[in-house]
Amino acid sequence: MRPFKYIRANDPNAAARAVAANPQAKFLAGGTNLLDLMKEDVERPNELVDLTRLKLAEIKPARGGVSIGALATNTDTANHPLIRQNYPLLTQAIVAGASGQLRNMATNGGNLMQRTRCQYFYDTVMPCNKREPGTGCGALEGLNRMHAILGWSEKCVATYPGDMANALYALEAVVRVRGADGSERTMPVSEFHRLPAETPERDNNLQHGELIVAIELPNSRFVKNYYYLKVRDRASYAFALIAVAAALELDGSTIQQARIVLGGVAHKPWRSPEAEAALSGKAASEETFRRAAEAAVASAKPLAHNAYKVELAKRAIVLALMRASKLA
Amino acid sequence: MNEEVDENSAPELTADEEALLKEMPALADLGLTRRTFVKQTIAGSLGLFALDLLAHEQALAALTPSPGAVFANRAAENLVKIALRVNGATKSLEIDSRVVLLDALRERLGLTGSKKGCDQGQCGACTVLVDGRRVLSCLTLAATCEGKQVTTIEGLAKDDQLHPMQAAFIKYDGFQCGYCTPGQICSAVGMLAEARHGDVSHVTEDVSATTTQLTDEQIRERMSGNICRCGAYPGILAAINEVHSGKQTAQTWRFADEQQVARVRKADGNEAV
Repeated sequence: MRPFKYIRANDPNAAARAVAANPQAKFLAGGTNLLDLMKEDVERPNELVDLTRLKLAEIKPARGGVSIGALATNTDTANHPLIRQNYPLLTQAIVAGASGQLRNMATNGGNLMQRTRCQYFYDTVMPCNKREPGTGCGALEGLNRMHAILGWSEKCVATYPGDMANALYALEAVVRVRGADGSERTMPVSEFHRLPAETPERDNNLQHGELIVAIELPNSRFVKNYYYLKVRDRASYAFALIAVAAALELDGSTIQQARIVLGGVAHKPWRSPEAEAALSGKAASEETFRRAAEAAVASAKPLAHNAYKVELAKRAIVLALMRASKLA
Repeated sequence: MNEEVDENSAPELTADEEALLKEMPALADLGLTRRTFVKQTIAGSLGLFALDLLAHEQALAALTPSPGAVFANRAAENLVKIALRVNGATKSLEIDSRVVLLDALRERLGLTGSKKGCDQGQCGACTVLVDGRRVLSCLTLAATCEGKQVTTIEGLAKDDQLHPMQAAFIKYDGFQCGYCTPGQICSAVGMLAEARHGDVSHVTEDVSATTTQLTDEQIRERMSGNICRCGAYPGILAAINEVHSGKQTAQTWRFADEQQVARVRKADGNEAV
């Protein structure tokens, strides 16, 4: 690991200022991804600003919904009564990710910031436009079984690895960030992450030095009919091949409103307005769900080794919706 | 800029200027006295040029780990002083900012029970309890542990009394090579605390309902962050189950006594048994 200066922040504004002042500085929260990447020499900060002492871990009612602190751990968030009762889809998504130890360390802000687990991104002798812009995409011509089927570019076919964010997209969460000057702004979580396009080195739309302070959840109508389905190579503790965050608002058997977000398919959680439109106003049935699943992957462009993801995504969407509507 | 400097007043040198003089004896060789150097530094251009040179030198020196003032300064900048409680005792350490908790425990405090498996947060062998919660010490910077309570496998027993989880792992043969065992046991202790607190898992049917009872499936899922290469999972599961349920079952094996060992030796004709 390369040398870095360690600073323990006691104040969010000072933390944001410190990072803003140094292009090579980074925030440190749980460290579960950043430390790993530093050991691998993928991330090379010369200064870490430790956020873990900041009072940004509160989970509380706010603006008709719930505000979860950026520094609340994944464990505390998933198990908080306000989340379990009002946003059970979020709880399901969080506990589908990582291990007990990692969820005890990982924070909500850090979870949004986690980087792809593409093996070409991790391997510093391989080309990777995300790690080193201009070197090419190792995965595009290499082994891409784990990679994207939607929204990728010639520059990058990596996927966003997280689970929590898939639920946050379905719940239309808002990310609150604070700048070095102390001012705050919000952005819908759907606008937080980016597709790779020409600049895969940029995972998200934060400015350098902007600090996530909270994630705000609007009042949820998805407390009864929801399901987070994660399909992976083993039963636990692995990244998703396909994940589906499904939420329905039912009136009898008629779908009033639907949310479908796919994980493991793109550079960001992939919300499917096409699938949602195919569900809205229809009767909840396996037939309806099949049509929605077809719509979700209609524009998919699989790579050499991941055509299986198209069919897997369809089946996963149908199963998640069957469970959400309690038909299975 | 051409300010007049009183040659007799000898202004104080800044730290940078002192360093410059020290680093660049060539300036003196060129016949520049301390005073004229100061004058020219203040006059501007040479000072900026020389400082720029020095910056380059520092950058080069930092690339090659050779002893010297510049390197020592860098090391000091990245030194972190921490005080934390490890297994009940206060420990004060001066550490390189890069040191993770696992290495601080093993290399600085002599607590080698916590194991380095993958060093990437994938195997769980380094699991310890920080403020009562199970975490991965390989992905925890020691610097972040200021004031925290750390419990390692060495701190679970009370004097000669094994922690119930340690005793159960022995009773149920919850290991073969033993390398993952300290992490397994610390993880299991932390996991049962989470279960008592009503925490949910990936296999919880209804996350809005609270239960503190664990099925085998629940234990397996909650322990999935601890890998055992020997495959001692049935024993690990049985051990955790017993501590969780409090229901004791009879031990199915015992150590051979001396007579039994002697009989085997005689039968085999092999003293090395």
